[in-house]
Amino acid sequence: MDRVGLRVKNHMARTAMGAVAGLLCLSSHALAAQADPRDPFESFNRSVYSFNDSLDRALIKPVATAYIKVTPHWMRKGVTNFFGNVGDVWYAINNAITLKRQATGDSVGRVMINSTVGLLGFIDVASDMNIEKHPADFGLTLGRWGMGPGPYVVVPVLGPYTLREVVAWPVDYTGNLVSYVHDIPTRDGLTLLSALDLRASYLKAGEVIDGAALDAYSFTRDSYFQRQRYRLYDGEEPESPEPAP
Amino acid sequence: MNRQIFFRQWVLLMLASMLCMGRAWADDEAPDAFIKRVSVDVLDTIKADKAMRNGDIGRIVNLVDTRIMPHVDFQRMTASAVGPGWRQATPEQQKRLQDEFKILLVRTYAGALSQVSDQVVVIKPLRASPEDKELVVKTEVRGGGDPIQLDYRLEKTPGQGSGWRIYNLNVLGVWLVETYKSQFAQEINAKGIDGLIESLAARNKTNSKKV
Repeated sequence: MDRVGLRVKNHMARTAMGAVAGLLCLSSHALAAQADPRDPFESFNRSVYSFNDSLDRALIKPVATAYIKVTPHWMRKGVTNFFGNVGDVWYAINNAITLKRQATGDSVGRVMINSTVGLLGFIDVASDMNIEKHPADFGLTLGRWGMGPGPYVVVPVLGPYTLREVVAWPVDYTGNLVSYVHDIPTRDGLTLLSALDLRASYLKAGEVIDGAALDAYSFTRDSYFQRQRYRLYDGEEPESPEPAP
Repeated sequence: MNRQIFFRQWVLLMLASMLCMGRAWADDEAPDAFIKRVSVDVLDTIKADKAMRNGDIGRIVNLVDTRIMPHVDFQRMTASAVGPGWRQATPEQQKRLQDEFKILLVRTYAGALSQVSDQVVVIKPLRASPEDKELVVKTEVRGGGDPIQLDYRLEKTPGQGSGWRIYNLNVLGVWLVETYKSQFAQEINAKGIDGLIESLAARNKTNSKKV
């Protein structure tokens, strides 16, 4: 029994040393590269990004491409509009609780018009009337209330977020009408369809980024932060003076 | 006395011609009108060209090269994106950086333009004072789906071309030069200026094979 005990302890000691060495390697690698203060988990994030990219190329992108091939444009537009209308409900609420009068008015107007004249949202009549969409999830609300974005996190399968958005997920979930559908297969089907719709709408943009980036990971990250800032300030972000070359 | 008359006429002639030159200077297009003209021109050309609408990237690249690039201060863009390393680079390195960066951007822009179908450009009201030497023109591309914000940073170039040149571009809140600044910094830190040139050249090579 003593021998077994010793072997187990040896094994544990070796595993522990290996883990510590691994962590040291990871952290030293992170320090060697130019550390971005917004991305303290860069090494981890890069691995997840890599995984997501592989999953996307192997599975999600082909399915989204097939989705576009086999469905007529009007049907896909209807799907996009339907989920857009569901989204507008939550956007209206978020805009209201952050006191954005114009955005709230527009969002409420969109929901009312599209749900009625637009046949439950399948037809986007409101956009034809030039009533703007004002996307606002709970993450943005937290930002408007003063919460900083927190570190950049790449979530498996779901992609890039900042910690603030991740923290906001449970609230976003309660604001998503789809989550109130009682029949579980229907609810799951709707969720998958909305995810597919989203991925399909970003197919072309993804191709542009593939060609434009030297390092897709940092390109995505920097664009994400710029876009987040842009949305927070409603396109009127305080300009930082450009340093002369 | 003849000479005096002649002299006076000569002065009047000089004054008149200076006024004319001054007025030509002031006739430089308004910056938002300039952007509108170029945008509409490019969009209309794509919409009318069947080959371009079917995704002929080569033709769109040519369009971007001939109709858009003359209005871009590309040296400034490259220098800004490269950052402090620019001044340490040799003129030859600077030229190569500029050339490869240009190919990359033209190709990327052409790729984005290849998806134009029935979009229209709406110019937002200009918020700048007439004395501004640099300003931002905001536009919105409307048509297929959610509107896309597209903003341009312009520098005044009196007497040259249309009087304005583009030195930065913003799509949906993302500034081009800023994004490439960090891309380039990463490469320079790892492999130096020559390494950056190689990475750009490699990227361009891969992209050209994709057509």
